[in-house]
Amino acid sequence: MKQRKISKTNVVNFSTYLGMVIFFLVMTALSKAGVLNRSMTGLLVPICCYMSMAVSLNLTVGILGELSLGHAGFMSVGAFAGVIASQSLLDVVPSAGLRLTIAMIVGALFATVAGFIVGAPVLRLQGDYLAIVTLAFGEIIKELVTCLIVGHDENGLHILFNLTGNKTVEDLGLSDTGIAIIKGAQGTASVKTIASFTAGFILVMVTLFIVLNLKHSRAGRAIMALRDNRIATSSIGINTTKYKLMAFVTSAALAGAAGALYGLNYSSLQAAKFNFNTSILVLVFVVLGGLGNIWGSLVAAAALTILPEALREFADYRMLVYAIVLILVMLATHNPTLQSFFARLKPGKKEEKEAA
Amino acid sequence: MEFLSYLISGISLGSIYAIIALGYTMVYGIAKMLNFAHGDIIMIGGYVSFCSMYYLNLPPIVATLLAVIACTVLGIVIERLAYAPLRSAPSLAVLITAIGVSYFLQNSALLIWKAAAKTYPPVVAGAVQLFNGQLTISYISLLTIAACIVIMLALTTFVSKSKMGKAMRACSEDKGAAQLMGINVNSTISATFAIGSALAAIAGVLLCSFNTSLMPTTGSMPGIKAFTAAVFGGIGSIPGAFLGGLLLGIIEALAKAYISTQLANSIVFAVLIVVLLVKPAGLLGKIVPEKV
Amino acid sequence: MKKKLLAFVMAATMVFSLAACGSSSSNDSSSSSDSSDSDSAQSGDEVQTFKLGSIGPLTGDNAIYGQAVVYGAQLAVDEINASDSKIKFEFKGEDDEADGEKSTNAYNKLMDWGMQVLVGPTTTGASMAVADVCNSERTFMITPSASAVDVTAGKDNVFQVCFTDPNQGISSADYIAENMPDAKIAVLYRNDDAYSQGIHDTFVKEATEKGMSVVYEGTFTNDTATDFSVQLSGAQSNGADLVFMPIYYQPASIVLAQAKAMGYAPTFFGVDGMDGILTMEGFDPSLAEGLMLLTPFSATVPETQSFVEAYTAANDGVTPNQFAADAYDGVYIVKEALEKAGCTADMSSADICEALVAQMTQISYSGLTGKDMTWNAEGQVSKAPTAYVIKGGEYVLPEA
Repeated sequence: MKQRKISKTNVVNFSTYLGMVIFFLVMTALSKAGVLNRSMTGLLVPICCYMSMAVSLNLTVGILGELSLGHAGFMSVGAFAGVIASQSLLDVVPSAGLRLTIAMIVGALFATVAGFIVGAPVLRLQGDYLAIVTLAFGEIIKELVTCLIVGHDENGLHILFNLTGNKTVEDLGLSDTGIAIIKGAQGTASVKTIASFTAGFILVMVTLFIVLNLKHSRAGRAIMALRDNRIATSSIGINTTKYKLMAFVTSAALAGAAGALYGLNYSSLQAAKFNFNTSILVLVFVVLGGLGNIWGSLVAAAALTILPEALREFADYRMLVYAIVLILVMLATHNPTLQSFFARLKPGKKEEKEAA
Repeated sequence: MEFLSYLISGISLGSIYAIIALGYTMVYGIAKMLNFAHGDIIMIGGYVSFCSMYYLNLPPIVATLLAVIACTVLGIVIERLAYAPLRSAPSLAVLITAIGVSYFLQNSALLIWKAAAKTYPPVVAGAVQLFNGQLTISYISLLTIAACIVIMLALTTFVSKSKMGKAMRACSEDKGAAQLMGINVNSTISATFAIGSALAAIAGVLLCSFNTSLMPTTGSMPGIKAFTAAVFGGIGSIPGAFLGGLLLGIIEALAKAYISTQLANSIVFAVLIVVLLVKPAGLLGKIVPEKV
Repeated sequence: MKKKLLAFVMAATMVFSLAACGSSSSNDSSSSSDSSDSDSAQSGDEVQTFKLGSIGPLTGDNAIYGQAVVYGAQLAVDEINASDSKIKFEFKGEDDEADGEKSTNAYNKLMDWGMQVLVGPTTTGASMAVADVCNSERTFMITPSASAVDVTAGKDNVFQVCFTDPNQGISSADYIAENMPDAKIAVLYRNDDAYSQGIHDTFVKEATEKGMSVVYEGTFTNDTATDFSVQLSGAQSNGADLVFMPIYYQPASIVLAQAKAMGYAPTFFGVDGMDGILTMEGFDPSLAEGLMLLTPFSATVPETQSFVEAYTAANDGVTPNQFAADAYDGVYIVKEALEKAGCTADMSSADICEALVAQMTQISYSGLTGKDMTWNAEGQVSKAPTAYVIKGGEYVLPEA
């Protein structure tokens, strides 16, 4: 009996990895063969970023069971840290792949620190109070980055914090060979774009590896126990703060890495991109894919990134149609009447209701 | 004197947040859902009153009434179509549906009223001068503050005294038990949405008069701020929403005046975080003891 | 086991639907290009039909700017197609929600469609992201309204119809220094917006160099763009008698109303983003009495009336702003350059790009937003703004 249960989890995990590999191979083959159009090719990297974002947020929302409305804040920290790292190392590390790896690690590190700063005091809160604090944090990060002016020359990094609003790049005192990396509200400009689908694929695989292993480890079982009953969990001697923080910080770090990849996919990026709406977008992926359901997050992230592009034919009605589709999908997947209706359509599949 | 004028602008801004937050908190307290479409109902209220005043030349009071009716109906329809089928679903699913509704309302407004911002004719114009003109308070600020206090008192009385109010409190406490007591939970929730939406319409008229402008995304930021205010004061608590809204407005105005206009929002949110760390259930929220 | 099966089925469906998505779109684009070929064949051999694309936020916070650009370009295209011009356009405008990611997606979609020349994107951030792609893929891009220097810097095939931000800041400072040398200036700008901040930076620098006194600087962000009482009180208590507002007209209208409500009446001075304030629905023109602005385009002067009427008629009574005018000019500039370069519709976007880049620094164009506009190799336009003052709800030239 026990044997069978373990193998079942393994099979689900294995098929998640396998699905991702198949997705990668098929897409690469299609784009190599020239069958894939440009819209689709252009979407591949953002899809990978959002997949990684969704899986990492699922760790907080689905597995830890705490609502976070500021996930884009960690993405922002990772994106700007990653861009700074990559742009500063342009001459030192000529290999794009290596630079991208360094940028993603730096992004993840900075996001880890941010996750820790936010998480440590805040995780004492619960439910909607925690949600509102993460929302507040996301907005604070956005405004702080807007104040940031960063440049790099042979003397190293120059960083200005433009609190009064009247400093410009010229106040950095860059030498002639220096480059401005972040220009306050204007964000990053002329970034060398080095993100690739392969890097995105590796990022998603690493994210999956970390999250799935965490989920099925001792720590992961403690985290899920916390979600299901906090009081019972602490009563059997599990350190709730430690495990909460572990899940939260891991989730932040992965978002940071995804942010770095995202930031290096576009030559220009503004802090305003990572606002409340982006946090909500990722949350939509997670809820639509199913809380705690990792492959669901992957599919939802891909589908909802493609959907607005696929709806371009509707022109002015595009976002309206998107909204209607979103509402209908939520109704169809969560309404008990409709669920039992679908279940009746598929005899013998009744126990699968939850997965749908 | 300068301080006083900042304070008054903070209080009037805060009063608007408070009215919106009251709507949020009502809905949250009873239906246990975060209605992210609330801000967009405000926007619809703004447009309905704008159209009645600008195109139909109706007096502001009639325009407000029309907006209240339109938003109440809209609130009930949204609740019936989008939220009621999900009553037994996890609260996050309802949250996402609310976001879908929010997108839907914004984009419908964009198609109906176009993207160009409208200048909103203030429902009352003019200002009162105090201290030899050193302090100017506009009538709209006074109206906003008065409206906010009246609404808060009326709601408190309604919820504590009326039969429907009692039903609401019962539903908020325990839906199952309320049903057993013969309370129609569904219609109670619908009534809550109706009240919340009516408040949103009034907030819309005041907000637009205060800002003198109106566009399809007008409601989203005040919506988020009011949500913050509701949590700040302790979500589910009516006096809490009032207090939270006022404090939020005052902190925002003073932070802008004395610290940095750049980081005004950040300061508001930072204060919020600190307050929640000290009082984890908000200023007036009660910590519900958990049964094991 | 069934769960896994379902997972596989879902994954497989996704992959196939993606593939199908790709192939179906490419079918679409080929069929539409077929139809365009037959069009051109019908209307004679010499007529060349180019595929022109535009990008801008058609939804969301900035929809007003993107819609103006796309509808303005559409109007120019319709006019050209109705004329006996040898160059015709097939036009498509895509939504980008003022976001770099969506803008790049929109660009890719347009390239799938077969776009040869891009008149867009609208907003600065999105334009910087797309300009980089255009530069590496050699697609000719002329943005109607993205005014930051970084949009064109280092990209030989990216041009602007509008002024660059520094240009506006310097012109405004020079104008004020010349005409109101004793003014005590307050600057009110939006610091999370590249356009506003860019003009502010150069304005303050130039004003300080000219020895003028800037007594107060107030900022706001998109999230706080509804209440300016604090900033206005600050300007007032610092004794400012001129408020320079390098911001768009929508927040500016709020500033004017709130200043009036608190009884503060300095001279307000705006830049090209201010144009449009008189056409806002419900706006009380008396609020803008005495407002000065330096703009290349005005919807209320006689020269632009035929454009304004055509635009208003085509768009349910919406009055065009400078974005629409810039986009309208942009299409005509592209047409002129295509004519001069002798491009044909069967050329690839990269070939057209090289031909147009060579032409752009040579041509001179007079349109709605400027007389004798010329471009330097950096892609920046050279044209003269006009100072207007609003009197009785109309733009008039200020008395010298």
